[in-house]
Amino acid sequence: MKAKIIITPKKAVVDPQGKAVQNALEHMGYADISAVHVGKYLEIELNGADDETARKRLDEACHRFLSNPVIEDYKLEIE
Amino acid sequence: MNFAVLQFPASNCDQDAIHALRDVLGHSARYVWHKETSLGDADAVIVPGGFSYGDYLRCGAIARFSPVMQAVQQFAVNGGLVLGICNGFQVLCEAGLLSGALIRNRSLQFRCEQVYLKTLTTDSPFTNRIPEGKLLKIPIAHGEGCYFADEETLNKLKANKQILWQYCNAQGDVTEQANPNGSLWNIAGICNERRNVAGLMPHPERACEAILGSADGRLIFESLIHALQSKAVPKAA
Repeated sequence: MKAKIIITPKKAVVDPQGKAVQNALEHMGYADISAVHVGKYLEIELNGADDETARKRLDEACHRFLSNPVIEDYKLEIE
Repeated sequence: MNFAVLQFPASNCDQDAIHALRDVLGHSARYVWHKETSLGDADAVIVPGGFSYGDYLRCGAIARFSPVMQAVQQFAVNGGLVLGICNGFQVLCEAGLLSGALIRNRSLQFRCEQVYLKTLTTDSPFTNRIPEGKLLKIPIAHGEGCYFADEETLNKLKANKQILWQYCNAQGDVTEQANPNGSLWNIAGICNERRNVAGLMPHPERACEAILGSADGRLIFESLIHALQSKAVPKAA
């Protein structure tokens, strides 16, 4: 079983990395880009626990440690 | 006074802090390794600058779960004085001991230069010896020092006089140009509501002797020492 976690900056937080990447893309000729957000992607390999238990525990870990709720949102998927 | 200076893997301003406290200010200071679970007889704690645990995941995110930080949490709950400098500020925010977060500098550049700080209140154990109107010339050295908090938190910080320092120019004006990292409201340092925990991005420990270009940082440590000596602070350890 594997958990996939995507962490992105909150909308209200200025994301200078996203802005720099967007500018570079525009310079390269990629038009029609309205915004870029740079975040983090984590893959966590799990053994044992059932889906529901794993989700509950990882949700807690995301909130306490893997993301910072002051500045980031996260999306957790288990497959 | 007995200072505890924390040491995480990749702390790099711990020696500067010990030098400032011991050799310049003449107080007792010792290192406390991140695996320690006790702060011993410390009167105050310095969480120093650096790149604790490689700054992996987020600056300060891993350090906050180290054994010594559990002791610092308890020390702070008991009213002990805790000062976080640079990475130490990031650790204290991650630990929830201070509000908000420090994110990537707006310019995306690592900024290493002298800045000027305006002190907004002398009513704290970290600012009580700073003369009214005195600007502090203190260096910064960070890539992720842009202070962020939501509007409600910012308003609360302001209402409770928890904003201790703002970046300003040499004339004391708080301007956009004087803001080295994009911090909201030019915030350079804050304290908690109880006023016993503070953090700032600039490095007062690197500005305690004229030979280093400024001795203004001494005023922050002298404030701490004054607060401890006047017994306004309970012994927390």
